[in-house]
Amino acid sequence: MGFGDQLAQYVVSGLTTGAVYALVALGFCLIYNATRVVNFAQGDFLSLGGLMAYSLLIGAGLPMALAFPLAIVAVALVGALLERLAIRPARSRQVMVLIFITIAASILMRGVFKHLWGKQALALPPLSPETPLHLMGATFTPQNLWVLAITLVAIVALVWFFNRTLTGKAMRATAINSSAAALMGIDAHRMTMYSFALAGALGALAGVLITPITSLSYNVGVIIGLKGFAAAVLGGYGSFPGAVVGGLVLGLIESLTAGLISSVYKDAVAFVVLLLVLFLRPGGLLGVKGGNRV
Amino acid sequence: MSAQGKKFFLTLAALAAVLALLPLVVTNPYYLNVLNVVALNVLVVTGLNLLIGFAGQISLGHAAFFGLGAYISGILSGSYGWEPWTALVVAALVVAVVAMIIGIPTLRLEGNYLVMATLGFNLIVTVLMLQLDDITGGPSGYTGIPSLSFFGAPIATDISFYWLAWGAVLVGLILARNLVHSRVGRGLKALHEAPLAAAASGVPIEAYKVKVFVVSAVYASVAGSLYAHYYGIVTPGTFDIFKSVELVTMCIVGGMGSLWGGLFGAALLTPMPQLLAVVEEYKDIFFGGILLVLLIFLPQGLVGWLEGKRVRPGGRAF
Repeated sequence: MGFGDQLAQYVVSGLTTGAVYALVALGFCLIYNATRVVNFAQGDFLSLGGLMAYSLLIGAGLPMALAFPLAIVAVALVGALLERLAIRPARSRQVMVLIFITIAASILMRGVFKHLWGKQALALPPLSPETPLHLMGATFTPQNLWVLAITLVAIVALVWFFNRTLTGKAMRATAINSSAAALMGIDAHRMTMYSFALAGALGALAGVLITPITSLSYNVGVIIGLKGFAAAVLGGYGSFPGAVVGGLVLGLIESLTAGLISSVYKDAVAFVVLLLVLFLRPGGLLGVKGGNRV
Repeated sequence: MSAQGKKFFLTLAALAAVLALLPLVVTNPYYLNVLNVVALNVLVVTGLNLLIGFAGQISLGHAAFFGLGAYISGILSGSYGWEPWTALVVAALVVAVVAMIIGIPTLRLEGNYLVMATLGFNLIVTVLMLQLDDITGGPSGYTGIPSLSFFGAPIATDISFYWLAWGAVLVGLILARNLVHSRVGRGLKALHEAPLAAAASGVPIEAYKVKVFVVSAVYASVAGSLYAHYYGIVTPGTFDIFKSVELVTMCIVGGMGSLWGGLFGAALLTPMPQLLAVVEEYKDIFFGGILLVLLIFLPQGLVGWLEGKRVRPGGRAF
């Protein structure tokens, strides 16, 4: 295998994980824009998506076309519940306290997952049979294509939702100025809850897509979640296009450094990128410059 | 001395008295060990609370500073034969410089950039501890760290370390209190109340924030070094991101920005895993659940709750 083929291989796998980081980063952005809160349970939405899909598919014997969407809806509900039961009733509106509420929820959720699904690694089957495909010297599985294609569809759907539907526009209005939105008759609480639900759905989608490639366990989302967070910062925290670009760029950087330099520090690369962005360009690639948002 | 100052030193004296008498009751080495771990956590959390209370910033990297203090001190004395006390001081200096490198670029920004940077930093440090196995011993940890000594007598037993660790806590509390009442402390308080007014009155906000961040990192480093010389072994898992979360949790549960809050939070949460060990299977569910309820309904922390209750008897603190 020549260098060019190798490079193509790294690009394919980098874009695949990058797409998943993008989905996770989009979830972070949604909740951040609605509440200014960094939702540390985002990674657990991903784990839960994979776990629910596993139970509905293998446990309940549902067909894939039913099991996967149902899993996504279920996690969206969990996201909405997180807002309704933990964020909304919180006595303090301090962002720091709310962030730690999501951390506590994350610990609680992982405890529940561990109890229900056990500690062992589970296997979620890919969307279609694993016959390797070849393109420009790179070998990849149909799952790589599925990840990229479905991520693209999800992004297009989000753009449509936020620009063309009344609810989407109301959510954007709430994110920009919640009191002004409330004066226009928008139920800001409800919009915030929708943001959490949508973030849950995006996390679950990422879980359904990536766990056939990685593996599935109760805590698979922790490290992917943190990398999705790094991707969101890289793109410009809170920016939707930034989340997508940040995710893909981070996936590529990670895959290329692991392939061409060394895979020993693979898990550190994303966070070195995170620190460099914060030091050199805290607004991120597509965010505001400087980050001095008053 | 002000009434507030009197109250502080009276409380401190009461604490010292309790600490002096406690070993008469607690002789079981297991419980002494728990008390020692509580002391080290109190030390870290006291520093962390200075940062949260006065700079209004959270660090999710204090386990890394704690870990760097432990590893640097341990390796310098274990592999290179340094005097442990010297190693402890050098580790603290290195950590101070590292904290400055992280703090200067991120603390000048509005918003929660320090959380993000320290989070990333902690994850990197964990990977380095795991991967640099020639130096750090890798996943199984670094062993053979000598104990500290006091005028030639080694501080190797649980009880001798008890005096050292809680002594360090008392000194740490006094230093923190002095910082709060210094020019820097007053400047930061002004910053907390009215940032623009503070800046307009010539408070060098960024420099002060960095100072407090560095001081809080040094608290963690010293606690880490003490930890390393007490146990003689350090492992990467002790200093991961979850430990950082736990430390901030102690601040929040005890009372953010309150000097005594850290003491309460650490004393309450440190033995929690052991207590919850009886329900091993449900440990995380209980811990997460308790934390969630406290954060939702008691965000001012235990100390804040107690103080609020005194101000408005019968009424709700919030």
